[in-house]
Amino acid sequence: MLLLNIFVKNAFRHKLRTILTIVGITIAILAFGLLRTVVTAWYAGVEASSASRLVTRNAISLIFSLPISYREKLIRMPGVRQVSLANWFGGVYVTEKNFFPNFAIEPKSYLELYPEFVLEPAEKEAFLHDRKGAVAGRKLAQRFGWKVGDSIPLRGTIYPGTWLFVLRGIYRGAESSTDENQFFFQWDHLNESMLKSTPRRANQVGVYVLGLTNPNMAAEVSRTVDATFKNSLAETLTETEKAFQLSFIAMTEAIVVAIQIVSFVVIVIIMAVVANTMAMTARERIGEYAVFKTLGFSWWHIAGMIFGESFFITFAGCALGIALTFPVARSFGAQLSSFFPTFNVARETIYLDLAAAIVIGLVAGIFPAWRAVTIRIADGLRRIG
Amino acid sequence: MTTDTPETTASPIVRLRSVSKSYRRGGQIVPVLEEITFDIAQGEFLALMGPSGSGKSTLLNLIAGIDKVDSGAIFVGGVEITALSESELAIWRGLNVGFIFQFYNLIPVLTAFENVELPLLLTPLNRRERREHVEMALRVVGLADRMDHRPGQLSGGQQQRVAIARAVVTDPTLLVADEPTGDLDRRSAEEILHLLERLNRESGKSVIMVTHDPRAAEQARTVRHLEKGFLADAAS
Ligand SMILES: Nc1ncnc2c1ncn2[C@@H]1O[C@H](COP(=O)(O)OP(=O)(O)OP(=O)(O)O)[C@@H](O)[C@H]1O
Ligand SMILES: [Mg+2]
Repeated sequence: MLLLNIFVKNAFRHKLRTILTIVGITIAILAFGLLRTVVTAWYAGVEASSASRLVTRNAISLIFSLPISYREKLIRMPGVRQVSLANWFGGVYVTEKNFFPNFAIEPKSYLELYPEFVLEPAEKEAFLHDRKGAVAGRKLAQRFGWKVGDSIPLRGTIYPGTWLFVLRGIYRGAESSTDENQFFFQWDHLNESMLKSTPRRANQVGVYVLGLTNPNMAAEVSRTVDATFKNSLAETLTETEKAFQLSFIAMTEAIVVAIQIVSFVVIVIIMAVVANTMAMTARERIGEYAVFKTLGFSWWHIAGMIFGESFFITFAGCALGIALTFPVARSFGAQLSSFFPTFNVARETIYLDLAAAIVIGLVAGIFPAWRAVTIRIADGLRRIG
Repeated sequence: MTTDTPETTASPIVRLRSVSKSYRRGGQIVPVLEEITFDIAQGEFLALMGPSGSGKSTLLNLIAGIDKVDSGAIFVGGVEITALSESELAIWRGLNVGFIFQFYNLIPVLTAFENVELPLLLTPLNRRERREHVEMALRVVGLADRMDHRPGQLSGGQQQRVAIARAVVTDPTLLVADEPTGDLDRRSAEEILHLLERLNRESGKSVIMVTHDPRAAEQARTVRHLEKGFLADAAS
């Protein structure tokens, strides 16, 4: 259809202007996509967390620990299938810049509770039987070129001294959202050292992780646990792993909100730019649209040509932007893998890109279309005649 | 396009009854046409002359249905166009009026062929039928060999001939031309006038042409003068 290719032809009448506008949209969509992906990555830990696991921590704050004696009580509670424990170790590998999460854990129960950390059976055996053994995620090992059998020194920040571990295994994630940047070693090793050096700090657990027999019982079990330790020396706060992760993120919520706002501001700015381009374009062609009307074309033909052009430009830029988002996000994610264990472009982000393109196309076209449709033919013709 | 002999004696193709038109300019009302009443016969070739600003273009636009009267009525081919709605008027224009402008007003991104095809897109004709009509119209104006040229690749006279092809391709009964030779050299102007005269004589099209050029007016069968919103006496 002739009218269909007329807006494509119109779009390329001012090649430079159109190309610059498309490039602008491409960059805006790319920036939007990356910012949204940062937000997604921020919540990735929450997404990956399980609803069938509970986390029990000290009710005062995460900084305070719980006695190891609680473990026996927890395992006997109805609805609790398995109990494991973890201490945030906060060790530094060579320099602070090499940040990655490292925990002291009770290996057997922990690996059982976290089936998403997949280890070769032989490596798992080796880890379980070596007091000074450790396992690292695939991405983490890749980052520092670690191989099984390597000696890895971590400088303690919470627990003083330099700690030497032998890498016994490299786990990989069962899901794409599984964090492959963590480092685990034996809680017993940590505890024995503490017993020797600072007995005051020994026999303390950062958090307990509870596996449930039935995920539907999460609320009930949480209540029972917290009630049991009510009025004891260390009161507990038990919540699902998801809620636990969310409370972590809540601390940084302002940043996430800021990023979200900026991502939408980018879209609003490009909307203004495209609207300006379209207004300029349509103003120049007001006489031509008058000619179309003179020949008997109706308002929807005119509006169709203008919106066609505006959507053509917007979607060209959007398609390029989306195409670029994936490779750029990949290299971005590789750079930031220590902060964002997973940095994948979510499908929702692409939907938002498309929604943004539709809104930009509409907003950019609406004013020029309205003008071109409502202007009197005689006045429109006067502009060129 | 037919080659019947024109019937100048038949009922008028255009009838204006007490047509008034004014423009508002900065809160002030400027009357342009006042109580104009006259007929244009079927098959007429009328030249409208008059000083600049006398309202010639305004009158032509009213007859062609691209502007609205303030009061009065206009009948074209028996249809009271002043009673039509905006969208009815658009359809009516597409079927009944061919427009020729001073600055050709071709669509620059389209070829000569596509420009002439434009009005046919609003008709139920299929692609092949459209092609036949367009080729015929371009043959009539002598540009069958320039079909694939863009307006920018054609001379002014050639562009105006494309515009005439576009005006006649739907076979309208009425052709309106606002200073069709105003932007052309003498030779091209003569070609255009000759073409209009032929369309009038051979195809029986009624032609209304606004012009400043007495030489152009000579081609017409009737010349009327517009003076400050009133029609002066007719001269043949
Ligand atoms: N849209 C408009 N708004 C205000 N005034 C207008 C408008 N269109 C025309 N006029 C005025 O109406 C009068 C008649 O205009 P018109 O264009 O019909 O004259 P014309 O006889 O065609 O002149 P020319 O020979 O210069 O083309 C002029 O004074 C013009 O300024
Ligand atoms: Mg005029």
